[in-house]
Order: sequence, then C-alpha cells, then structure tokens
Amino acid sequence: MGWPLIMWRKFPKLRSVGQTFHTSPACSHVIKLTRLRVVDNSEIGKQAMAEGKPPKCIHVYNKKEVGTIGDKVLLAIKGEKKKGILVGVKQNQRALIPKFDSNNVVLIDDNGTPLGTRIHVPIPQILRTILKKKNVVKGADYTKLLALATRFV
Amino acid sequence: MVKIVKMALLSRFVRRFRRDIKSNFLLFKTVANSEYRCLSSLSRPEKLVSEETKEQETNGGHKAVVPLECRFVYPEFLPDPRVGRRNSLRERLERMDMLNRRSNIDVPEFYTGSILAVSSANQHAPEKLSRFVGICIQRGGCGLRAFFILRNVIDHQGVEMFYEMYSPLIQKIEVLRLEKRLDSELLYLRDALPEYCTFPLDMEPEHLSQGSTVPVNPIKVKLKPRPWLERWERQELKGVQDLGLPERFYKRAAEVARPWEKYDLMKEYRESIPAEEQESIFAEVYTQLQQLEITKKMKRKRTFVRPKRTG
Repeated sequence: MGWPLIMWRKFPKLRSVGQTFHTSPACSHVIKLTRLRVVDNSEIGKQAMAEGKPPKCIHVYNKKEVGTIGDKVLLAIKGEKKKGILVGVKQNQRALIPKFDSNNVVLIDDNGTPLGTRIHVPIPQILRTILKKKNVVKGADYTKLLALATRFV
Repeated sequence: MVKIVKMALLSRFVRRFRRDIKSNFLLFKTVANSEYRCLSSLSRPEKLVSEETKEQETNGGHKAVVPLECRFVYPEFLPDPRVGRRNSLRERLERMDMLNRRSNIDVPEFYTGSILAVSSANQHAPEKLSRFVGICIQRGGCGLRAFFILRNVIDHQGVEMFYEMYSPLIQKIEVLRLEKRLDSELLYLRDALPEYCTFPLDMEPEHLSQGSTVPVNPIKVKLKPRPWLERWERQELKGVQDLGLPERFYKRAAEVARPWEKYDLMKEYRESIPAEEQESIFAEVYTQLQQLEITKKMKRKRTFVRPKRTG
C-alpha cells in the first residue's frame, strides 16, 4: 500500500479497485496467517489436516518475521497454540536447495522434541546443518526431528 | 517500361522474401520466448556454411562444417541477445571456461521433457553426495549461468531442484530418458496430476540407438482443477488436454491475446542472435565439442563392467 492516506479519502472507490489486483509478483513467503501443511503423524496435526482446517502461522521466530527452511514458527491449530519447524517451503530457493509444492511444518514442543513419530515427506538436507546450528545457539535439541525423517532430498 | 520491370523485380523479391519468412515461421510455429535465441534471421538456411568455414583446415584436411543442430544441442553457448548484456570479450572467456568445464565433466545433450539424474556435492549430507532424479521442466540462462530445473514427486510431495549447469558442485549429470515434449517449457506440470511427474529414484537409463533423432513425446497432460499457478488457457500449450473451463475464460483469453507478435520481425530480431554470429560462435567451439563427444564415445566403449558374482 504505497498510496498516502489522503488519496483513499479523496478517491474512496479506488480502494476497492486496488484490492482486486496485485501490484507485486507472488513471493510465497511464510508470514503471519500463512496456512501450513503438517507433515508428521501427530494426532492434533492429522485431525487438523483431515478437517480441512490447516494450522495458521501466528508468529515466526525470526528477525524478519518471514519464514524459510528451518525456522521455528508458532501455529494456531484447533484452537491451541503449538510450535513447529518449517521443513519445506514454496519459495524459490538458491541452487541445489529443493523447493516444495507446499509449505510443510513439523510440530514440536518447547524443547524441540517433535510431537509425532514419523515424517513421511522428503526433508531437505540443508536442514541438518541449520538445526545443528540452532542446537548450539538456542540450547534446544532438534536432532530427534531429523531422526524421524524417512527420506532426505 | 523501366518502371514496370523495376516493379516486377521488386514484387518478385518481396514474394520470395515473404515465402522464406513464411517457411521459417512454419518451422518454428509456436515458439515460446526461450526458443527465440536459436532462430535464424537468415532467409536461406542452406547457405549457413560460409566461405571461411569451407577453407578451414582441421585434422586430416576436413572441412569444419558446423551443423545447424548445434544451437539446439548447446543453447547456452549463445549469448543473451539483449544489447546491454553483450560483451564480446566476456562471452569469449565464458566459452573458454565452459569448454574447460566440459572437459572435466560430461554435460550431456538434453531438452525440456528429458528425465535426468544429477549427483551433486552436498556439504550437508552425511555422504557429502546427493542424487536427484527428475524431469527437466525449464532450461535457460546463457554462458556459465545456464540453469535447468528438475521436478519429481517423491512420497506424494512435489519437489523441484534448481541446478546451475556449470557449477563445480555438480559431479555427474546422467540422462535417463532423452526426449522432447510438445512445449518448450513444462511449468504446467506443477498444476498437473502428480502421476505425470512421478519418476522412480532408481530409474535405469534408457538408451537410444546411435544416430537416431530425439523422440518427441506427444503426451497430453491432465491438469488438476483450478486454482492454478498461471493462466494456462492464455498460453498456447500443446501438451495439455482440454482444460475444460467455462467459455468466459477463453473469451477473455482471446481479448487479451496478442496474435500480431508472431509477425513481429523486429521482436524476433531483438530476441535472437543473427545466424552469421551463431555460425562464428559455433565455429569457434565446434572442434573442441566434437573432440569431447568422440572421447565420451570411446570411454563408453572402453568401460569395463566387472562381472557380478551369482549364486
């Protein structure tokens, strides 16, 4: 919204037109209110995805508040607040980093232990390095998440 | 009298010019933007072998005849046609570097629609090596920045990998199935049913007989129901089944369409490299590329397959 406020007051009808078209290309960012796909077999995740009410991101634990692979996010699932780790994003990545068709998230608790027991979707290899660094920096233990993955891409 | 003769000659020239242009357009009827670079602006393609190349002496006194297919087999050797991006010195250095890289690793001939397996060095993997198999949905870039995108559906999850062709991290590129599709870009596979993009990760390479042309797969892909990532009804896609949309989509597509663009000669000129220049570029690199092909064939014949113990 690059228009100064005075323009909306002078030309109120233009506001509705501006809401019908996009002035920037789609960037597929994971930000607040982004709907994510839970890819582990935790009970709450499976129920939410089966119902057709995927969890919404309500906070990204990042300076920029834009999530990429390996970022911790706070989700709203079935009326509860749960934390998750992004394991695959739709955003275009650098060379040799895979890009997925959906924004995938694995639910974790505050210590970093995942709530599910298996991840049936491929996980990027770069997550190994990212989570190892986070183990050291944040003091949480994300190695269990990597142990759940069945396939690395 | 002179005027009539002049008019007759002019009209004959115009007719011949139009006929040649028409034949060129028939040859490249539906052309997506990426194919423009390979188009020839020369009206008589059989005259591609110029006087200089005929006089060139190579080993054994052979004429260095540069075939027309070079532009399709090695499209990244052609530079970016945009005027602001041209720099002859940089292009020559890039071509040297590309040939150098090709002497270290075999970058095979492939097209969008071919299935590739790429092994790359990956610092994050425990084996420090990762292999990805997928169908090439897009190919582009010029010089050392040439790229291709592979797509595969693994465990019901669509995954895409962007590879830079001349990156030193790439260890091996194998072509598992060499074929072309009806379109030059297969980005619509992202909105297609997953069965059209699923390829087993342990797929065996399929060999074509020597000297045969690259087969064209005339498959028509079925798309998932809307919403899509792009307005596929507005692009002239050959490789998709009937989209099955309401009439208003096609009506709007017809209103928004720009059918005059295929007659725009200046647009074609701006987006392609002239044939004479293409010729000189490939004349520079063709001998070395031929040498690499020959060594590759010899290596293939010479590889010793260790007999496996049975029982």
